[in-house]
Amino acid sequence: MMNNLVILPLLIPLLTGVLLIFFRKQIKVQRYVTTLSLLLLMAATVVLTHQVSVEGTQTLNLGGWEPPFGIVLVADMFALLLILATVIVTFCCVLYGYRTIGEEREKHYLYPFIHFMIVGIMGSFLTGDLFNLFVFFEVMLLSSYILISLGGEKGQLRESLKYVLINIVSSMLFLVAIGYLYAITGTLNFADLSVKIAETGQDGLITTVAIFLLLVFAIKAALLMYFWLPGAYSAPPMAISAMFAALLTKVGMYAIFRTFTLIFYHEAAITHELIGWLGVATMILGGIGAVAYWDLRRILAYNVIIAVGFIMIGLAVFTEVALAGSIYYLIHDMIVKALLFLLGGIMIGLTGTNQLREMSGMIRNHALLGWMFFLAAFALAGVPPLSGFIGKLLTLHGAIDEGFYVMAAVGLITSLMVLYSVMKIFMNGFWGENQLSVEDEKMSTKGLLFPCAILAVLSVGLGVGVEWVNVYVLQAAEVLNNPQLYIDAVLQN
Amino acid sequence: MEILMSVLAGILFTAGTYLVLAKSLLRIVLGTAILGHGALLLLLTMGGIKTGAPPLLGLESTAYTDPLPQALILTAIVINFGTLGVFLVIAYRSYQELGTDDMEELRGTDDE
Repeated sequence: MMNNLVILPLLIPLLTGVLLIFFRKQIKVQRYVTTLSLLLLMAATVVLTHQVSVEGTQTLNLGGWEPPFGIVLVADMFALLLILATVIVTFCCVLYGYRTIGEEREKHYLYPFIHFMIVGIMGSFLTGDLFNLFVFFEVMLLSSYILISLGGEKGQLRESLKYVLINIVSSMLFLVAIGYLYAITGTLNFADLSVKIAETGQDGLITTVAIFLLLVFAIKAALLMYFWLPGAYSAPPMAISAMFAALLTKVGMYAIFRTFTLIFYHEAAITHELIGWLGVATMILGGIGAVAYWDLRRILAYNVIIAVGFIMIGLAVFTEVALAGSIYYLIHDMIVKALLFLLGGIMIGLTGTNQLREMSGMIRNHALLGWMFFLAAFALAGVPPLSGFIGKLLTLHGAIDEGFYVMAAVGLITSLMVLYSVMKIFMNGFWGENQLSVEDEKMSTKGLLFPCAILAVLSVGLGVGVEWVNVYVLQAAEVLNNPQLYIDAVLQN
Repeated sequence: MEILMSVLAGILFTAGTYLVLAKSLLRIVLGTAILGHGALLLLLTMGGIKTGAPPLLGLESTAYTDPLPQALILTAIVINFGTLGVFLVIAYRSYQELGTDDMEELRGTDDE
C-alpha cells in the first residue's frame, strides 16, 4: 500500500531541526517549537499506526522508483510501535530537559541535534534497505556524538572519544558487510534479499556475512560488546542520558530483529543460537555490573545492558509467542528506562552526588519521587501488574515451550539481580536518616515530576491495559514471524 | 584489477588498524580515516569493476557497468568526511580541556 504519510516521521523532525538552527538565542521559541513538533509527530504516528493496523503494512517508494531498485520506506507494526514509544520518550525527556539542561547547552544547538537524532532513529526504523540503514545509523550517531560531548566537561570529552572511536570502527565494519552481501546477492533491499536468499538457500558464505552483521549491530545494541556503554551513558546531562538509554541501543536491537527475522532466518541453529548465548552472557555480565557498583548512574547504565540480553532471548527462541514477548518488553524497556534515568537524575540533582552511600532519607521530603522510583523499580524487574511482567512472561513462556531452559533460568535469575540493584538505590536513597533538609537541596523538583508521571502512568497502563495493547503487539509479531507479509507489502503494490 | 584493489584495501585496513591502536589521539583519528578508505575501496571492488558502457538510455552495448556501488560510495564518502570532521573537533577540544593526547592517560573512571 503506497502511503505518503510514511514520510512524516522523518520530515517533521528534520524540518523542525533545520528551523530551530535559526533561533539559536531565543530559547523560549526553541522550547515552544520543540514541544509543538513532537506533539505533531505523535499525532502523525498515531494516525499511521491506526492505518497499518487496519490496512496492513504501508510503504512509500521515494521518487516513484519501484523496489528493489529505488529507496523504499516501510512502516510495519513493529517499526511503528517503536516509533510511537520513541516520540513519547523524547517528549518526556525534552520536558524534563527544559528545567535541567541549562541555557548554555540550549543555546548551542541542543534542540536541533535532538531533532536530528530523532530523524536518524525514525529512519532506521522505517528504512527498507540495508544501505539506508547505514545512512540513518550515521545520522543518529553523528547527532549523538554531539549530544554526548555538548557542554565540554572533562568526563564528557573523555567518554565521547571512546564512544566516537568505537562507533566509527563498527560503522566501517558495517560498510564492509554491506559490500560482501552486495557481492553475493546483488541487492540490498530487505525484501529482495529475503527472496533471493530463500531461493538460493543460505550457504556458509551468507551465514558468515550474517554473523558479521550481527557483530556490527551487537556493538551498537550493546549486546555483549557493551564496554563503551556505562561510561558513555554516565557522561552527559541526565535528560540526554535518559534519551540515549531509552532509544539508542533499541535501534541496534531493531536492526538485529529486522535482519534475523526477515533475511537470515534459514540457519537458525547457528545464528539464532549464537544470538541467544550472546544474550545470556550479556545478562550475566550486566547483572554483575549492576550489583557491584554504588554509583547511581553506573547501576542504571548496567540495567540497560541486562535488558538487551533479555530481549535477545525472544529472538533466539523465534516463535510468535516469544517474539511478541520481546516486542512487548522492548516497548516497556524504552518507557521504564527513560523513567528510571529521569528519576535518578532528580536524586542526583537534589543531593549533588552520584554515590549511593552519600544519600539517604529522601522520602521524607519527596514522597512522590520515592514512590514513583519504587514503581519503576518493580516495573523493571517485571512485577505484575506493571508493564515488564507481560513481556517477561511471554518470552519465558516461549523459551520454556521450546526447551531453552538455561536461557529462561538466566532470565529469571537476572531479574532478581535487577530488582536487587534498583532496590539498593531505593533503600539507600529514600530510607534511613534524613540528611538533607529542603534548604540544603541543590535544586527544586518543580516541574520535573510531571514528565516522570506521564511515563509512570504509561508503564502502569501498558501492564493493566494488556488486552488493548496486545492486538498491536501480535500484529507486529506476526509480520516478524512471517517474512512473506513484509515481502508482499514491499514488492507487490 | 579486482585483485590489485583487494590487496590495496587490505593494506589500507592494516595501516588503519595499526594507527587506531596507537596511543596518540591524532594517529587514532587518522587511522579511522584510513580504515574508512579501505572500507570504501572494498565496497567498490565487491560491486564488481566491469568494463562496460555507462548505464544510460540510448547507449547500445552488451555489458553495462553497475552504477549502484558508486552511488553507495558517494554517500559513504560524505558520511566518512562528516564523522572525521566531528572526531577531529572532539579530539582537539579534549586535547585543550584535558591537556593530553595520550589515550593511556584517559583510561579509568572519575572516582579512581
